[in-house]
Amino acid sequence: MDRRESLKAIVLSTVSSALLLEGCDSSTTEQEVAQVLETPESSPADGRMPEEIARLEEVTSRKFFTDEEVATITVLSDIIIPADEVSGSASEAGVPDFIEFIVKDKPEFQTPMRSGLKWLDIQSLNQYEKPFRDLNEGQRLEIVDAIAYPERAAPEMKKGVAFFSLMRNLTATGFFTSEMGVEDIGYLGNRPNQWKGVPEEVLRQHNLAYTEKELRECVTFDRNV
Amino acid sequence: MADFQIKEEPKQYDAVIVGSGAGGGMAAYVLANAGLKVCLLEAGAMFDPATDSAQLKNPWDSPRRGASTKFRPFGDFDGCYWGWEIDGEPYTQAEGTSWDWWRARMLGGRTNHWGRISLRFGPKDFKHRSIDGLGEDWPIGYEDVKPYYDKVDRLIGVFGTNEGLENEPDGVFLPPPLPRLHELKIKKAANGIGIPVIPSRLSILTKKINDERGQCFYCAQCGRSCKVYADFTSGSCLVKPAVETGNVDVVPNAMAREVVTNSEGLATGVSYVNKDDMLDYQVNGRVVILAASACESARLLLNSVSRRHPNGLANSSDVVGKYLHDSTGASVSGVLPELMGRKRYNEDGVGGMHVYTPWWLDNKKLDFPRGYHIEYWGGMQQPAYGFGWGVENLNGKLQVNGKTKEAGGYGKSLKEDYRFMYGASVGMAGRGEAIAFESNYCEIDPNVVDKYGIPVLRFNVKYSDYEINQAKHMNQTFKEILHEMGAIITSGGDAGPHNNWGLQNPGKIIHEAGTVRMGNDPKKSALNKWSQAHDCKNLFCVDGGQFVSQGDKNITWTIMALSMRASEYIVDQMKKQNI
Repeated sequence: MDRRESLKAIVLSTVSSALLLEGCDSSTTEQEVAQVLETPESSPADGRMPEEIARLEEVTSRKFFTDEEVATITVLSDIIIPADEVSGSASEAGVPDFIEFIVKDKPEFQTPMRSGLKWLDIQSLNQYEKPFRDLNEGQRLEIVDAIAYPERAAPEMKKGVAFFSLMRNLTATGFFTSEMGVEDIGYLGNRPNQWKGVPEEVLRQHNLAYTEKELRECVTFDRNV
Repeated sequence: MADFQIKEEPKQYDAVIVGSGAGGGMAAYVLANAGLKVCLLEAGAMFDPATDSAQLKNPWDSPRRGASTKFRPFGDFDGCYWGWEIDGEPYTQAEGTSWDWWRARMLGGRTNHWGRISLRFGPKDFKHRSIDGLGEDWPIGYEDVKPYYDKVDRLIGVFGTNEGLENEPDGVFLPPPLPRLHELKIKKAANGIGIPVIPSRLSILTKKINDERGQCFYCAQCGRSCKVYADFTSGSCLVKPAVETGNVDVVPNAMAREVVTNSEGLATGVSYVNKDDMLDYQVNGRVVILAASACESARLLLNSVSRRHPNGLANSSDVVGKYLHDSTGASVSGVLPELMGRKRYNEDGVGGMHVYTPWWLDNKKLDFPRGYHIEYWGGMQQPAYGFGWGVENLNGKLQVNGKTKEAGGYGKSLKEDYRFMYGASVGMAGRGEAIAFESNYCEIDPNVVDKYGIPVLRFNVKYSDYEINQAKHMNQTFKEILHEMGAIITSGGDAGPHNNWGLQNPGKIIHEAGTVRMGNDPKKSALNKWSQAHDCKNLFCVDGGQFVSQGDKNITWTIMALSMRASEYIVDQMKKQNI
């Protein structure tokens, strides 16, 4: 790609986005600005270094968890984050795939995860003579209840508690950084817009107000109109 | 080895600059606009935010959801290539000491990694020895640098407010953004206990300043680098326009090996390894300007040993590598129950804090000699790797929608906890001034070379009680502010003597300075007050190396002001045929 050409395109889009931000009413501004901002094409490597691309290829070329382990991770992640009236479950949001990736990318998780899954199956075999993934829901929850609450778990469950906490953290991070999870949590940013300050009704709710100095000195756009 | 030779570039430049960050970018900009022919060596790859930035990507666009890697220690979307470790480029530390060394390898250098916090040094920051007897006074004062700060403000753009504070000088400011909700709460709580909170000063364009750069559209992602150049990086705001003059050749992937000098001891050019073919090259110029970072510039000088400069170039004083110091840093964070279950709206704002606290106390009444400023964060940020982590340490301490919960848990109840707590975090960090001691230094490790065969640095840095006492004051102050706000502290609350009150390792704050310091006495400094080597009149150093001390201010703005000042001096001296 001709670098100079692409730079020219940016300059043009910059000018027009600035005009749009100033010239349009707020209902259309965000959408139109977003379109203008999409004009620059990413570089072929998308800004990634060759070393990063090689690392990603290496990580994704191999599989870490066995099919049985993936099945257990899937069951556990949906126990931790099930579907409800707002959004779907962890597995529907792709959490097991994320966990498979991240333990390869961050190898320090491999031993705790693998040994934790083994611990879980040994508990299940001891109690019900079946691996965890083959238990019925009541049996699964009985084991989970014994490791899901660190402050009341029995001392001999310590290893299970540590594993479940890690599993809960990986599940939550995987879920709330997925498209489904971001929508669920209600994050409304990551788009071109104008910051006009905290909405008035929110300020009132918190018994706060901007000072005259702030309103005089800061960028307010049409806040005061 | 039979075929070893150095390929010499036939073109004779007016200036060879090593490093394209704040100092090198500014030097290239000033010299190129004065009509001089410049060769700019950069040890990393080309980078243009317009096409290479991860701005506006969603967390799921990264398979690691924005988690860090060694390539991007501040996360997968961060704008900076490399950081604490670089493949094939080690550094070492003397036993019992620590220094974490950040190295960016890309056009624009370390300006691709910073919070755009753009603070001027105040009058006291240049003359602190006269106040407390520690360290050294600069050979210049605020009045010498002020005109350049003004020019940098106008050229680059910075928002802020003129507050008339003695040691936080007024500037040429664009309007700042309004505070976010947690920032209003911080301000209220801090003001209540006598701590000022004022609009931050960041190099982000809240107004358009020219046709080459866009205006901020409030995505909070300056850390990824802005595709419309509405924030400052050296690559987009200095190198790009410098190249457009037609007077600058940028050589990427050029790892400088040493500064070449002639029999009279003058600099003639720079030899470097081309990382693509691993061959050695040499480029020649009338002046050589080092801007490779404080430690890399010191390394280059110490590795440039010749008959005329047996102790390394510009080092007859033996100060090169010494007086190495970083900003101090310690932080405390928590969650604010008042912000739980909050109404959702887009509060991204600019990339970074909208308010901060400048140093407000008199050190004569304290058990540490220098101040710190406070940076703040919190609120409804874009979810990223780490979201929800450690919920089991928190949800048992809360009333979630009026119900007391048990720590940990799972299922629909837990899912509700995450929603309830989202956007309630708040945190603060101090960035303070450390004393530049002669005993804190980097030197050439006699036993280790990098993959280019260049001898590497060995660090020897330790914090003193001054910095530890300062960190203790930070910790107690932050806990007090958070207590006033009614926050539950989740990190930093257990700091104490066992961990130096949360004081981070030196180097961690990524404000290295002091290793090639300026001064009037050639026996106690490497450079004169024009950033020019006492021992070699056509050699300059315009990065953090030249700093005598660094105040409690992030150093980028001063690097640029001093580089602009040195570059104008170079143009003047060349006209007068003095160099």
